[in-house]
Formats: sequence, structure tokens, C-alpha cells
Amino acid sequence: MTKSRTRVGPLAAAAGTAPALDVDALLDDPHTRIVVCCGSGGVGKTTTSAALALRAAERGRRVVVLTIDPARRLAQSMGIEALDNTPRPVLGIDDAAGGSLDAMMLDMKRTFDEVVLSQATPEKAQQILANPFYVALSSSFAGTQEYMAMEKLGQIHRDADYDLIVVDTPPSRSALDFLDAPERLSSFLDGRFIRLMLAPARGPARLMSAGLGLITGALTKILGAQVLRDLQTFVAALDTVFGGFRQRAQQTYALLQARGTAFLVVAAPEPDALREAEYFVERLSEDRMPLAGLVVNRATRPPHGDLGADEAMAVATRLRDDPSAAPTAGLLRLHADRARMVERERRLRQRFTAAHPGVATAVVPALAGDVHDLTGLRRVGQLLSDGALPG
Amino acid sequence: MTTSDWPHVRLHVVTGKGGTGKSTVAAALALALASHGKHVLLCEVEGRQGIARMFDVDPLPYEERRIATGLATDDRAPGTVHALHIDPEAALLEYLSMYYKLGRAGRALDRFGVIEFATTIAPGVRDVLLTGKVFEAVRRNSRNKGAIDYDAVVLDAPPTGRINQFLNVSDELAGLAKVGPVKNQADTMMTLFRSRETAVHLVTVLEEMPVQETADGIADLRAAGLPVGGVVVNLVRPRDLTETDLAAARAGTLDRAAVEADLRRGGVDPDAALVDGLLLEARDHAERRALEDAQRALVERMDVPSYELDRLAQGVDLGGLYELAASLRGQGLA
Repeated sequence: MTKSRTRVGPLAAAAGTAPALDVDALLDDPHTRIVVCCGSGGVGKTTTSAALALRAAERGRRVVVLTIDPARRLAQSMGIEALDNTPRPVLGIDDAAGGSLDAMMLDMKRTFDEVVLSQATPEKAQQILANPFYVALSSSFAGTQEYMAMEKLGQIHRDADYDLIVVDTPPSRSALDFLDAPERLSSFLDGRFIRLMLAPARGPARLMSAGLGLITGALTKILGAQVLRDLQTFVAALDTVFGGFRQRAQQTYALLQARGTAFLVVAAPEPDALREAEYFVERLSEDRMPLAGLVVNRATRPPHGDLGADEAMAVATRLRDDPSAAPTAGLLRLHADRARMVERERRLRQRFTAAHPGVATAVVPALAGDVHDLTGLRRVGQLLSDGALPG
Repeated sequence: MTTSDWPHVRLHVVTGKGGTGKSTVAAALALALASHGKHVLLCEVEGRQGIARMFDVDPLPYEERRIATGLATDDRAPGTVHALHIDPEAALLEYLSMYYKLGRAGRALDRFGVIEFATTIAPGVRDVLLTGKVFEAVRRNSRNKGAIDYDAVVLDAPPTGRINQFLNVSDELAGLAKVGPVKNQADTMMTLFRSRETAVHLVTVLEEMPVQETADGIADLRAAGLPVGGVVVNLVRPRDLTETDLAAARAGTLDRAAVEADLRRGGVDPDAALVDGLLLEARDHAERRALEDAQRALVERMDVPSYELDRLAQGVDLGGLYELAASLRGQGLA
């Protein structure tokens, strides 16, 4: 192989191709214990996670996949349509290599409840679970879902015996939600406001500063006295389990940074999805999280032959006045359309690679239909494995 | 000229599954509504600064900024599109200063982290603040002196999975605040959101999961008493082949010799690789079109008006947005 020349000038970017992501090497490596798939919504994260898990299992590892919100038919085919927050064996996998696959769909509220129950005395726990603020917080706190996915990951890692845990993450509103969730929960628990709310419950009147008076006054005016009382009860009750929460959040964070973890950023060849992917890559490196690579799903398959888009369109135009040539003109326009899509996607990926040259990439061509069974997942797994960048 | 299917609507809420292009559709809709001298406000609430990127302007502050001229039509001068990036903390502070003369207490709230608490943690409050500002933009508050009165407001809303919760502000607060000023405020907002001045449009692509999610979303919106608008089918593949040719392409019976002859006449050498390639591409395309048609039939059965937007091979730039806007206007969404 000849060494490629370093190019400079306007053509330099064209030479910048990303290193290929070797999916099988990653899955087979016994040191890989956790794979986290992250990315924006609608890029095929859930399918990618499930396909990776199945592939690892059929290559001989004992795997569990933790998914957030799989399509109904996929969940059915994996036997996890029941939300019971416990991993269930997936039937129908090829276990000739000695592997196994369990799957679980995350029940966010239940995971939160379990944490409370494990941290507080039974009566305290009941008090918390019944509080209206808890009910709302546990199901709609921005970041709860992200945090609970990480909590469940920590639990499974501690308590169950798998070679590999594959985690699908919720489609975050922003790239930051998912990494910030443990931190945000911690800082929520440490927040000045929470401390303030707790102050009266803890007695000493000297803490009733002028500031607090102003605040409770303002809050009562806006929210009404009952809401404020509920909030105070809630905060006081939750205070007892704060320590445990914080500790676990920190443990999970450390687990994510550990050597056995590999983050895969999933994207589609669209500007928004790739921009989100860039944020993820930057955040992961800022937080010193181990990034394994980028998966670009739904790529357009390159057209056959070397007829360019412009040339194809020119020929189609020449055939315009001949009605009998309409089908051929149509074929040429389709060919041009595909060539343009591929060119655009290549440019978008190049822009990503120019900013993050070291990130290994796998490109997975779009499938015609949705994936809803093991056969489909197997096919995606194969494509992931083949997905080294074309050309 | 076509007339709008939604003449009474002043608040257009645009939702859709992630990756279907709802922000693009919201932007195109705003441009389309701003033709004929109308003034439109385009709001985003998810902190992505997507509007600034689409319109190629600096990141938007919490302030209504003029970002574009509406779609030009033959008969009248176009109106304007303003944009607003709604940020919950700023919305809360604005709300507090508009409604309560809090003075020092307001600053204390900020200093003690109450604003941050309320906007990032307190359940539901974030959504109420975001929708509250949208409500204010539709029904201008007399205390907001000098504000522009818009003919229509377009909201680039959270995705389908969250839209009900997002708009159902009174339910979201119900468990927390049963009485009091915040509750009253939420109830007033619900009256607008449930009225015929509001329409929730759902963006989808012709694939199984997004179409299923759209059907579920429509059912959920109806159950919640929220007015369903249209379904916008986005990223539709080019339709360059007739039904007959598509069937032939699927069956592999396209006339190879005719294609070769046509290519020769068009000035290219019809070598086997090229012809094989074109026929394979045609088959692939025909298969996908068949899947799209099956999904399109499902969309039609949803019993709401639907609108289609072509996938632009070069991607959506500002010119592309106007192209989509013209298409939406031609089809009557605006």
C-alpha cells in the first residue's frame, strides 16, 4: 500500500476520511463491559443497540440490552413488551457460540420508586411515594429518564452477572441532558433553595433570614400556601435519602468513565443529527468518557457506475421531448438524485471528520423497511460490522 | 389562489417524531403564513437555536427578532416573520415582573436559586412557563407595552411523545396547585389551546414507526380535547416513474433494450454496468415507493387533511425553505 500524500489547499478536506470503526473487535473484546449508545431522536439508536447486543450474544458473549422505548413490534419480538423492569431472556437467538441475550425495557417511575424504597425506612418511603411533588418529579423531571437509565445500568452492573451491558439512552432534548442528569440531581439535592426549604423544619429560628421571609412571601403569593406546604413536606422527606442518591449518582458517573465502557454516538447523515453528534463527542471528551466511535445510520446507498449527477440530468433533459423515453429519463433522474444525496451525505460526514478527525466511523445504509424481528436485527448487525466508510 | 384550510387558526403548533423535520416544517409554515402582508411569530422552546441556523442569523436572544420576509406571492406584498427563542428562566422573570410587583423579592428568588429550581427541576413548571409565553404572544397582554400584534404564531413544539403533556398545562399542574393564581393562569391558557384558534399539526415521514406514532398522537390529542390540525408528510421521495414503470421495475421487467437505445440517443455509452446499475436502482426505488404508498394509505385513513413536502436532494437551505413554504401554501396548510 502506498502512503497517501498529505494534501493542502481546497482539496485537503476531500482527503480526510475517518478511521473505520471495527464493531466486531469492540464487541468481542472481553474488556468491553458496557456499550452506551447515545444520539438525538429518530436516528435509530434503539435498533442499533438491539442489533449490537444480538450480534455480541451470537458471537458468544452473555449480554443484556437495556432499552428505553422500542417500537411495539420490536419489543414483542424480543419478548419485552411487558414493562416489569427486569431483564428477560430473548428467545430464538443462535447460542452455538455459547452466548446469551437478555433484554429489558426501562420503567422510569418504577426505577425511581425502587431507589427510594431501598434508601428510606418503609414509612418514610411511603410518605415520599405519596407526595404529589414526588409523583410529578418521578415522571416528568427533566432528566429523570436519563438519570434512571444510568441508575438501572449501575444496578445491573452491580448485581447481575453479564459479560456485556448494552444501553440505549433516551432521546435527550439536548446532548447535555444525559451526562448532566446525575450532576443535576446532585446539585438539586444540594441546592440553596432546597436548603432554605429545609431550614424551618430544622428549627433554629436564626436561619429565618430576611431573605427567606421574602422568598416564602413571594412563593405564597404566586403558588398559594398549600403548594408551598406540600413542597416543604416533600423536600423534608426526601432529605433523608439525599445522601444515598448522591453517592449512587457519583458511582454511576465513575462507572461510565471506567475503561470497560465504550460510548457509541449514533447519528443520521443530516445536519441536525450530525451537529448533535458533535456536541456528544465534545461533551464525552470533556468529561473524559471513553468514546468508541460514530455510527451513521440511514445512509443512502451509493449509485452504481460512474455516471455523475449532472451528466445524468443532462441526458435526461436531452430525452425530454421523446415520450417513449420517459422511463429512461426517469431512471436517470433517480440516479442523479441518489448521486446528489450521497455526495451531500459525504460532505456532511467530512465536515464532522474535519472537526473530529480521530473518531472511528461506521456507515450503515438505510434499510427499505423497519426492523421488527431478530432476522432484521441480525441484518443490521451485519451492516454495522461491514460499515467501514466506503471510499 | 388557494385559500387556507385553517382560516381561524392563530396558533399553529407543529410536532412530530424526532428526525421527521418538524423544525423545517414549522419554519416553512411561518414563511407561508407571512405572505399577503401577514405578520407571523415563529417560536422555539427546546433551546436548540434551530431557527437561527435555518435562517442563517446569529443565535436568538429572549426577544422577538425579525428574521425574514414572508413568502412573496403575485398579488400583494409579503409580511414578516419574527422569531422568538423561549427560555424558561427568562420567561419566568418576565412573568413575575409583569404580574407581580415583586421588586426585591424577585431578585431574592433569583439569588436563592428559586428561578433555577423552578425552571429545571420543578415538574411541569418549565412547560407552563414555555406555553405561557406562547399564550402571551397570541393574546398580547396589555401590560406588555409596545409588543407586536401577530396575525399568527407558529410553535416549533416538543416531539409527538411529549406534546400532550406539554400543552395540557392545567393537568400537569393539577396535582400540585389546585387553586391559586398559577392554576387560574393555566386554565386560561387551556381555553386557547382547546379552541378552534389552535391547531396541532403532526409531521411524519412515510415510514412505519413515525406513521404509527402520528396515529397514536392524533388519538391522544383528541382524547385530551386538543384540536388536531393536519398531517404534514415530509421528505417524500421523487416520483419520477409511472405506476406501470414502477411495477415493471419491481418485477425486473423494464425494457432493457429500450433503455440502452435511449441512453445511446441521449449521448452516453450504455455499457452493461451502467444499465445494470440503473435497473437495480429503479428496483430499489420501486420497493421503497411501494412501502411509502402503504404508509400513505394509513395516513389517509387518519381522517385529517394531509400535506406532502418533497425531499430536497441538496438539503434545506433558506431557498429550500421558501420552496417548501410555497408548496404548503399551494396545498392550503397556510
